[in-house]
Amino acid sequence: MNIFKHISTARTALLILLFGFAVSGCSANWGWYVVSPSTEQGRINLGFLLGGLKYTLALSITAIAISVVVGLLIALPGLSEKRPVRAINRVYVELVRAVPILVLILWVYYGLPQIADISISVFWAGVIALALSDSAFQAEIFRAGIQSIDKGQHEAAQSISLNYTDTMRYVILPQALRRILPPLGNQLVYMLKMSSLVSVIGMQELTRRANELVVTEYRPLEVYTILVLEYLVLILIVSAGVRWLERRLRSDERQ
Amino acid sequence: MNAMTPSNQLIVLEDVSKMFGDFQALKDVNLTVKPGEKVVVCGPSGSGKSTMIRCINRLERHERGRIFVDGVELTDKRTDIDAVRGEVGMVFQQFNLFPHLTVLENLTLGPLRVRKLSKADAEARAMDYLAKVHIPEQAQKYPSQLSGGQQQRVAIARSLCMEPRIMLFDEPTSALDPEMISEVLDVMSDLAETGMTMIVVTHEMGFARRVADTMVFMDAGEIVEKAPPETFFTKPRSERCQTFLQKILAH
Repeated sequence: MNIFKHISTARTALLILLFGFAVSGCSANWGWYVVSPSTEQGRINLGFLLGGLKYTLALSITAIAISVVVGLLIALPGLSEKRPVRAINRVYVELVRAVPILVLILWVYYGLPQIADISISVFWAGVIALALSDSAFQAEIFRAGIQSIDKGQHEAAQSISLNYTDTMRYVILPQALRRILPPLGNQLVYMLKMSSLVSVIGMQELTRRANELVVTEYRPLEVYTILVLEYLVLILIVSAGVRWLERRLRSDERQ
Repeated sequence: MNAMTPSNQLIVLEDVSKMFGDFQALKDVNLTVKPGEKVVVCGPSGSGKSTMIRCINRLERHERGRIFVDGVELTDKRTDIDAVRGEVGMVFQQFNLFPHLTVLENLTLGPLRVRKLSKADAEARAMDYLAKVHIPEQAQKYPSQLSGGQQQRVAIARSLCMEPRIMLFDEPTSALDPEMISEVLDVMSDLAETGMTMIVVTHEMGFARRVADTMVFMDAGEIVEKAPPETFFTKPRSERCQTFLQKILAH
């Protein structure tokens, strides 16, 4: 299976990077002992850092799952022939896209509970902020994807009396989805990275844990290097997965 | 049956007009089609042939005049449009098959989702019509694996699977390589013999002579000439129609 080829590419990239660090380490004052698997404390530290992975994943995956659904629901009015309906799409996209993700995270966590009179956990504040921000981009991706499908496909569906929902579900979206897979993969990678911002409200994901370890160990170079590698590995695996999916769907269509 | 329409007509167009911006695509078009009648429409490009038949199943919206299909007037009402589309099949110049579905899935989608047939019934019906268009062995392939002629025959079968009373053909052979035209026309001739009501926009005059009950010549959005094929081809009345026929029959 080709996914292994990508993982081995990722491994090569990692080795080159590590080698680079080792060589440059001649001049810098490295102290890898903080994360050395051969010492008790090193193992504890490493485990602590890697423990953030499940939160980073849970946060990003939940957020992107929501934003894909919301994005599609926002994209559909954008395709309407009626201007007021299209305006719903425009206003949402323009407004949401204009707010920086970090600002959105702060606003959802500290601001939203006051106006809505609800208590919101760090996790869900993060998910809502990430999903909201991402949904505006997803909406644009979906709109472009759907618009790229030939008008004849809609007409053929109409001519066999399919209604709007069935036309979208069975004819248009399956084709659009194949085309927008590369930008969707992009967004997934972007969300994984942006989830690091949720560390500012105390989410125990990868970045937050690295920050905390730096404070106790005073070893920013080593700890943040591990953090870089964690994101790198994660994202290389995700990219390989997206590419594998692209190939699988393409061979399905046999074009 | 609507009281306003003569009961022996399946399709009635009354003074139908349509504009595309400043361009008058249809100008007071009147046409009636009886059950089982085969109408072949020809004319220069941009004359409104396609627009006219696309109005009949509401792929285009007419602005003035009235269109009745089997007594139902086409209006903006969803129920009317659905009722009419259920009776009318359409074959496109570019086939418009669904590329992500197999031939069989292309054929069963409508029967499953619209006619609410069971999977087994829908597939049995699909295989039946695939046999009628002579390509049952291609059922599991994807459209891109078929030749143009085969794709167009699948498109015809896809329409027939909805069991319409009327079939519209919008230049069904114009996008085909010459050697594939006859296989599609043969299928259409077979269909004509079953008594299907057909309106065919085409420049295939050999097919028209063999199959048409009525020939229609359109130019500049108007129906200029309407006659049985014998009269139409031997002594067309209008000069525009004479010129057109000379041009396309010359070679």
